[in-house]
Amino acid sequence: MRLAALIISFLCQKSLNKVRDTSNMNIIEMTIHELHSALKSKKLSSLEATIAILERIKAVEPKVSSFITVTPEQALASAKNADEQIASGHCNLLTGIPLAIKDIFLTEGIRTTCGSRILENFIPPYSATSWEKLRDRGAVLLGKLNQDEFAMGSSNECSAYGVTRNPWDTTCIPGGSSGGSAAAVAAGEAIATLGTDTGGSIRQPASHCGCVGLKPTYGRVSRYGVIAYASSLDQVGPMTRDVADCAAILDAIAGYDPKDSTSVNMPVPDYSASLKEGVKGLKIGLPKEYFIDGLDPDVQKTMTEAIETYRRLGAEFIDISLPHTDYAVATYYLIATAEASSNLARYDGVRFGHRAEAGNLLEMYTKSRSEGFGTEVKRRIMLGTYALSSGYYDAYYVKAQKVRTLIMNDFIKVFNDVDVMLTPVAPTPAFKIGEKINDPLQMYLSDIFTIPVNLAGTCAMSLPAGFSANGLPIGLQLIGKPFDEETILRAGYAFEQATEWHTRKASI
Amino acid sequence: MKISVVDVEQVARLARLELTFEEKELFATQMDAILDYVEKLKELNTEGIIPTSHAVPMENAFREDLVMPSIGLAKALANAPGRSDNFFSVPKVIE
Amino acid sequence: MKYQPVIGLEVHVQLKTDTKIFCGCSTQFGAEPNSQTCPVCLGLPGALPVLNKKVVEFAIKAGLSTNCSITPRSIFARKNYFYPDLPKGYQISQFEDPICQHGWLDIKVEGQEPKKIGITRIHMEEDAGKLVHGELSGSGDGSGVDLNRACTPLLEVVSEPDLRTSDEAVSYLKQLHGIVTWLGICDGNMEEGSFRCDANVSVMPIGSEKLGTRAEIKNVNSFKFVKQAIEYEIQRQIDLIEDGGTVIQETRLFDPNSGKTRSMRSKEEAHDYRYFPDPDLVPLVINQEWVERSRQELPELPDKRQQRFIDELGLPLYDAEVLNGSRVLADYFEAGVAAHGNAKLVANWVMGEITRALNDSGTSIEFSPVTPSQLAELLKLVDKGTISGKIAKTVFDEMWKSGKTPGAIVEEHGLVQVSDCSAIEGIIDEIMAANAGQVEEFRGGKEKVFGFFVGQVMKASKGKANPSVVNELLINKLKG
Repeated sequence: MRLAALIISFLCQKSLNKVRDTSNMNIIEMTIHELHSALKSKKLSSLEATIAILERIKAVEPKVSSFITVTPEQALASAKNADEQIASGHCNLLTGIPLAIKDIFLTEGIRTTCGSRILENFIPPYSATSWEKLRDRGAVLLGKLNQDEFAMGSSNECSAYGVTRNPWDTTCIPGGSSGGSAAAVAAGEAIATLGTDTGGSIRQPASHCGCVGLKPTYGRVSRYGVIAYASSLDQVGPMTRDVADCAAILDAIAGYDPKDSTSVNMPVPDYSASLKEGVKGLKIGLPKEYFIDGLDPDVQKTMTEAIETYRRLGAEFIDISLPHTDYAVATYYLIATAEASSNLARYDGVRFGHRAEAGNLLEMYTKSRSEGFGTEVKRRIMLGTYALSSGYYDAYYVKAQKVRTLIMNDFIKVFNDVDVMLTPVAPTPAFKIGEKINDPLQMYLSDIFTIPVNLAGTCAMSLPAGFSANGLPIGLQLIGKPFDEETILRAGYAFEQATEWHTRKASI
Repeated sequence: MKISVVDVEQVARLARLELTFEEKELFATQMDAILDYVEKLKELNTEGIIPTSHAVPMENAFREDLVMPSIGLAKALANAPGRSDNFFSVPKVIE
Repeated sequence: MKYQPVIGLEVHVQLKTDTKIFCGCSTQFGAEPNSQTCPVCLGLPGALPVLNKKVVEFAIKAGLSTNCSITPRSIFARKNYFYPDLPKGYQISQFEDPICQHGWLDIKVEGQEPKKIGITRIHMEEDAGKLVHGELSGSGDGSGVDLNRACTPLLEVVSEPDLRTSDEAVSYLKQLHGIVTWLGICDGNMEEGSFRCDANVSVMPIGSEKLGTRAEIKNVNSFKFVKQAIEYEIQRQIDLIEDGGTVIQETRLFDPNSGKTRSMRSKEEAHDYRYFPDPDLVPLVINQEWVERSRQELPELPDKRQQRFIDELGLPLYDAEVLNGSRVLADYFEAGVAAHGNAKLVANWVMGEITRALNDSGTSIEFSPVTPSQLAELLKLVDKGTISGKIAKTVFDEMWKSGKTPGAIVEEHGLVQVSDCSAIEGIIDEIMAANAGQVEEFRGGKEKVFGFFVGQVMKASKGKANPSVVNELLINKLKG
């Protein structure tokens, strides 16, 4: 059904409520908190908000391509449902809020591709825990967002469903792998989104698209129902328009899940409660390995200004060192690809997913997988298989796990002296589409500031901190102690209150 | 060169990937560059260092031995590219 | 030249848990294909394993009963290979740091001294699904995959290459089979594959220190076949060497029809399982306290229990052996003794009436309709003289059929024993009057007739007369 016709049919059912003119309300730029108060005060209905955003999606998708699948029918139905909840007085912060999630999250009955051809027709029989938690709080699902295939990529160019473009400059990449999740927030196509972060896949696109992105501590959010890339590094997190929204989503999705052995059974604080406590006396570390000569001048300038802002707010800066930073990318690409090579073995054409025509079993395996996977995925499967294979296991995989220990110890040591660390998210603002696609190693190296955090398992957030001379957003990264998301959220909130970067909108 | 086309073919066989000649050559070159880069880990003395599997210390996650409902045949087989009766069907398995 | 065979066994023990090792699906045998599956055991994207605690408890018990040490921190690994019955493309198993290590079993082979057989390791792993060939509609020569069995818990018990003959191998297997069924962690059903064995066989010249190349014989599923397969394989290797050939390392299948082993066509590639720690699972830490708790929960092993039945309960060797035929039977017996007190009496009943009734009805002891405490109750009625031993058998049959308590049956059918002298005297008088000839015979010295009178009195009282009272009164009366 075409979107317009669908909307009309829903409006007809909703005969009692006259359609109001909402064009002056700028729904598409609202935060969760803004929309929530509009819903609560009945200035807006969830249906009106959902329709406005669906219209926006329709208008800008040809330019941005944030979505792999839009689900207008389900969205309108849940919006209507949410309005009934609100009318009966049951309205929590997420009731009726239109959200979209990366296509890596399983959604029962809704196609889930993970950006891959191999899952082109995969309709999951169950849903990811993190999405269920949002849904149970009344959130409205707009659709599934574009991403690099199996979350393997830093530019969104590795999606089987076309490249997502950066809403600030459509000739640039939005970042990856949660590129669709970042672009949708920046382009007004969702109030907030969920992404996943294995080596920077939330923070780097958030930085490139000018939104807030949080990678929680490993184990804080359930991975159940999230298609695995590298199981010991993957973590789910929110991508939002401001820090308060980020805390609100984290409040909803954090917590122990008995279905995920690696989710941690410890109390979850109220992340929204402590946002406003300020940064006076906060000890912020500046790791010297992150402020290198090769840093883009605009990024460098943004960092200098951000440090100035924090100083004004009363934070204290301490020069620190994470001596093994230079080894993180190598470590990451051995561990992540090894785990991926095994995680992706289940795509064999037997129980689900693409199956090639073949005369015998071996041929079915090799053809199905070769037709179904894209080049980057194959490259990483190859690398990971090699790293685990007999004769190389100790030299590559075990060595990498040992270096991971050293990297982790760097973090533990530093956190004896500081509360958070402040670093750039990426060495440069968003690069041009096609710029690095033929040089995997250069592409991998662009994740140098985000990868160590995943290896250390701790939490970090990217938030808007400035713009390049070309008008591209630049984010700053706040790295927190394990399970201390509260402090980075608080520090981020203080920064946001003192600056106006997050209020700027991409014009598209 | 650490990686030859023959190595690539052997790894591809293990990973059940069928690569074109161009892909083999490309991957040989690229994997070689990546492995060359990865060599830098050898600079570090990791003698006596315990390998890390999870950065956050965790242990003993269990479930009790209680039967939970299965998802049911219809859902189990819904995505099957090939099925026969209530089995997933596959081409002849050659021993 | 003389040759020394060297044998090591790898036994897969399917654990008797209600659910699979990493998900809550039922492990019940015989369900509709693929009906006992979920995202985890189907290997769907995004699904994650969570370890069944009972599997760990069973593994610890198996380890303690085979003299293993329990590894304080063990981990799970992925064994990577592609096969349609392996949904995830890897099997979750243990590789480095298995849960139990360095154990042994003592085996006894007739005519030999007891011998210690080392157990290298016991580890936990998931089973694969099942492939069916050529029975499917519309699939041509294809195969079908049923994942009901996928993710069923297994223990793999790996022995040292300490076995030298097929008899030793069978003895070791029987011993291990006895232990896991006794522990109640495996149903021991070899036909259904709950206890299956792979044998590694090699030969070397006697006196040599260097082990020969071994062949692995797969899935031999009875004690008899293990013996046959090993003997065939030993001879095959010796013949091969004598003929100037060399044994190659390969996997062979035993064909029970021909009694021979044959080579499974060697795979084009050598296996490279690329084991690495499974990042979806966390380390398993078992402290000393947990080990001790498990040790407390261990059922007494058969040997020890048998000896205790002799030493403490005063049973003859034969009874102790029979009652230790299975753990449930021994448990039944002990529960009966606990409720009654007279071990020999309970033993007689368990080995007699109970066993007969079980055989007649084709049930096994765990489904006995008469519980040990009901049995004890019945025997107490005899002790108290409420019913006779003979009537007790009738009551027992009724208990078996109706499930009623002995007291209720005795009351309902008026089976209470008559010990009242005057009532019995009346019966005796009638019988003596009706059989005057036999009374004369007795008084004439033919004392054998006494039995006739007892029978008549019991018959007339419908078995309810107290036999000792009958005896006493009869003697007095007959002697006049």
